[in-house]
Amino acid sequence: MQNAPLIEIENLSFYRADRKIFDKLSLQIPRGQITAIMGPSGTGKTTLLKLIVGQLKPSSGRVLINGQDVNQLSRNALYELRQQMGMLFQTGALLTDLNVFDNIAFPLREHFKLPEPLIANLVRMKLEAVGLRGAYALMPAELSGGMARRVALARAFVLDPQMLFYDEPFVGQDPITMGVLVSLIQKLNASLNLTSIIVSHDVNEVLSIAEFACVLSEGRIVEQGTPQELQQSESDYVQQFLKGLPDGPVPLHYPVEPWSVG
Amino acid sequence: MLAWILQTTTRLIAGLGSATLGALQGLGKRALFVWAVIPALPYSVWRIRLLMKQIYFAGVLSLPIILTAGLFVGMVLGLQGHHILTTYNSEEAVGTMTALSLIRELGPVVAALLFAGRAGSALTAEVGLMKSTEQLSALEMMAVDPMKFVIAPRILASIIALPMLAMIFIATGIFGGYVVAVGWLGVDDGAFWAQMSEQVDWYDDVINGLVKAVVFAILIAIIALYEGYESVPTSEGVSHATTRSVVHASLVVLGVDFILTSLMFT
Amino acid sequence: MTRQIKAEIGVGLLVLITLVSMVFIALKVSNFSALQDRPSYQLEALFSNVGGLTVRAPVKVSGVTIGRVAKISIDPISYRAKVAMDIYNDYNDLPMDSSASILTSGLLGSQYVGVEIGGDEEVLADGARFNYTQSALVLESLIGRLMVSLTEGGDK
Repeated sequence: MQNAPLIEIENLSFYRADRKIFDKLSLQIPRGQITAIMGPSGTGKTTLLKLIVGQLKPSSGRVLINGQDVNQLSRNALYELRQQMGMLFQTGALLTDLNVFDNIAFPLREHFKLPEPLIANLVRMKLEAVGLRGAYALMPAELSGGMARRVALARAFVLDPQMLFYDEPFVGQDPITMGVLVSLIQKLNASLNLTSIIVSHDVNEVLSIAEFACVLSEGRIVEQGTPQELQQSESDYVQQFLKGLPDGPVPLHYPVEPWSVG
Repeated sequence: MLAWILQTTTRLIAGLGSATLGALQGLGKRALFVWAVIPALPYSVWRIRLLMKQIYFAGVLSLPIILTAGLFVGMVLGLQGHHILTTYNSEEAVGTMTALSLIRELGPVVAALLFAGRAGSALTAEVGLMKSTEQLSALEMMAVDPMKFVIAPRILASIIALPMLAMIFIATGIFGGYVVAVGWLGVDDGAFWAQMSEQVDWYDDVINGLVKAVVFAILIAIIALYEGYESVPTSEGVSHATTRSVVHASLVVLGVDFILTSLMFT
Repeated sequence: MTRQIKAEIGVGLLVLITLVSMVFIALKVSNFSALQDRPSYQLEALFSNVGGLTVRAPVKVSGVTIGRVAKISIDPISYRAKVAMDIYNDYNDLPMDSSASILTSGLLGSQYVGVEIGGDEEVLADGARFNYTQSALVLESLIGRLMVSLTEGGDK
């Protein structure tokens, strides 16, 4: 069981309107490691996350977490499972009418009847872990983007989950914040014995902490393996993506009729 | 020529068909939404703090507009009523007229229209914004049902707030009518109140007016929250949803008012 | 925390204003206070036409309300309208030969039952029936009677 993959995706297909987003995608996400799912914008990385956590239903195929089919679960069982999951959203998604402290305390108060002093201790511990213990009284609107994301991270692991999902954690952050987040993710994963799944297109940051990575393109996995294996991939597409070349298999130009004068 | 007529007719019928299907689909989606909220409602009764905050947003913040509008509507009723009733030499009935039109129709309806504009639009925008900033998704990920935490308290708060606002609107309106008719136009003070309390029935008029307000509150809240919950999560989508919410809610209030009036006051 | 307190004060204020409005509507605007159950006994009267009389309309003596109309139905024997009235116990000494008529308050006002007090020693007891009644004035029959009397007058 220790070595079995935590999340298994089998022949997953997903259509939005008539557009095909995923086509028979299969992927196994190992337990206790940091897995990176990479790909250029618009390849449906966030959609894949939502499919894994059961917020979207696949058109066909299955998603298994700990051997349980996410889409076969009853609402209650799914909510039970979600207490084992934490997710860091792109925008942070803090509840705007609660301050930092109440935002982090929110999942605790909703799910457990704990005495207030205990909640306060737990919240302070999590805030300390992300380095924001002094900011507990601020409202989300008063936080900078990087701080909001760290608060959201504290909220994501306040229930001590088994899995943490990161949706584009590095987008729009300054280099210092990026560095802080990278080391936080790494530390958290190691100290809490988590399985982390990072969806991102920030190649350098992600590959510096990921133990397993895969590259998405056109609804399929084009390459997977350790970061070293990816670097040595023979696929032109993967090479273009990892090195950030302007032209390659992914053309610079949007498909267009040949230009003819007359 | 014949072919053209045939083609146009076919297109018209197809258009009618697709419009009907669209309307049915929209209705079905709203019905599903309501179906999903109902089990969450009892749960939100006990979240006093959450409920209190929503009553504050929906009710207390609507108070100034309700007071102002009520006063002016009442004053206009007093003025017009006096003009019309003078022709029949029965200007004492101006109190009755003002009170009955306010209690039966204008109180619940105008308060509901103002509520749809003031509170309904705010509900749509707020929930739409929560969706576009992924707060609704985040709630689901924290295993908290947005129906319980976001939607149900707001519906309940509306059901509590609007009848209160309608009552306040009616009282302010009657006071406005009194000021104009008695204070300004010289209608006899005693006759104004005596005729009114003779003609206004507590059950038939006041309670029915309250029932109207409750029905309107449910409709406005559901329309507003549905639009927010199902809005396209972009700034454009939310602004469209807000407009739609106010327009739909206002039209539904007026339409349902006609049905309720025909059922209540026969 | 202060936001919560602000909300609580606001909601408290809203409830207070609502209560004031409700009391105002109940006492001053509507007949709520008149609807409170006062101890009463029942009297009946038969009318050939009740016009626009409704349940809960007042019953008055010299303009003072002494009761309310409880029920309007058809008397199965005479096929006239039977009006049952709740008369407050304070007025339990209406003479036997009092008469009930259906009157209108003002030109556009609502209809009520007016009781004309008689001079009999005996009083109307619970469940008793007025012996003398006068029906509502119906404009059409009034004009009809006027026309008849006018033409009769012309013949003489």
